Amino acid sequence: MSLITDVQGYRRPVQGTQPEYLHPAYVSSLKRAPTQPLVVIPHTLTEITGPQFGNEDIAPEIFDLTRQHAGEPLGERMIVTGRVLDEDGRSIPHTLVEIWQANAAGRYWHKWDQHNAPLDPNFTGAGHTLTDAAGRYRFLTIKPGCYPWRNHYNAWRPAHIHFSIFGPAFATRLVTQMYFPGDPLLSSDPIFNSTPDEAARQRLIANFDWETTVPETALGFRFDIILRGREQTPMEGKA
Amino acid sequence: MKLRATSSQTVGPFFDIGLRRFCCADLLAPGLSGPRITIEGRILDGDGLPVPDAVVEVWQANASGKYAHPEDTQNKPLEPAFKGYGRIATDDQGRFSIITIKPGPVPGPHGTTQAPHLQISVFMRGLLKRLVTRIYFPDDQLNGADPVLSLVNPERRGTLIAKAAPEQSDRLTWDVVLQGSGETVFFDC
Repeated sequence: MSLITDVQGYRRPVQGTQPEYLHPAYVSSLKRAPTQPLVVIPHTLTEITGPQFGNEDIAPEIFDLTRQHAGEPLGERMIVTGRVLDEDGRSIPHTLVEIWQANAAGRYWHKWDQHNAPLDPNFTGAGHTLTDAAGRYRFLTIKPGCYPWRNHYNAWRPAHIHFSIFGPAFATRLVTQMYFPGDPLLSSDPIFNSTPDEAARQRLIANFDWETTVPETALGFRFDIILRGREQTPMEGKA
Repeated sequence: MKLRATSSQTVGPFFDIGLRRFCCADLLAPGLSGPRITIEGRILDGDGLPVPDAVVEVWQANASGKYAHPEDTQNKPLEPAFKGYGRIATDDQGRFSIITIKPGPVPGPHGTTQAPHLQISVFMRGLLKRLVTRIYFPDDQLNGADPVLSLVNPERRGTLIAKAAPEQSDRLTWDVVLQGSGETVFFDC
């Protein structure tokens, strides 16, 4: 039996580029963030492997959130596209990307969302796709609205799309949110601002992109997603 | 210059619409080897209240201790019907249930062997990034030398080990306690 005992792990995040669990301005973190320090563990075969999905697992038409019902959803049609890369700039091919979002009025298709804004019978707000061989993904959707929540007085979430990405390993699993350029609600949003590093926060904001925009059809936004890079191999470390 | 990994953000309260498609509480498939088990648990917040809006993800090896992944090059049998992946949203009482097989042991660092375990991610509103933990099995003789369990204060190790239901060795319970007395051990990995 071959032994895989000393594996090539993934790099730890750079200080400030990820939120802490406890972020008091985000009230929901107060009762849910762990209070004991995390136990740092080495990456083993368990962490460098992870769930894999293929074409047989996905519904290819679901990348288009505007054609899941009989009619057209209301709102600004838009394309969201980008690449999934690692920290060394290598593309992450054939990985599952899932998204979900509110409709144009800022209402989710969810039983718990009781915001007094209309549901759109032509928009569920969920899609998934696999990245292609170059790590590219593409969704067709409508621009989500902002919506109020009860975190603090007059709190409104900036418009955002939730993203879930697996990447090559358990260690690379990522759930994040994509925001829109120029949104006046970003500066007061405790979730967006939970990431201490200014540059890291700015990378959560998509870029409006003329190249992606399709005339008379849809605005284009680019949002690249970076997953953790590999550590040096043990051989490289010893060199 | 190297790129920096994208910042994590909370899954929020409405993830169900987006993550439902790949939910999977039952990892079993016809012909799988290994003992069938059901793990039931609850997720409790800092007030001891159940968390009805969490999602638990499972990653595990098959009964031989082989992961369905190209970087697991061990000479052990792969079972194509077993992905080793599960995703379960908690119900209104904060409960979840995983139906699977007990995995085999897998290699650990420096020639060690890891005791059978399920690798767990927990996502929920209020968590700006996932929590990572593990479920080990009661009375497994490999637990004592497990290289990850051995990093944990012995007084807290019990939070990582499921409990067997009386006279039902295939039914286990394992709770996630987010804060306070009996707080579950979470990993930085």
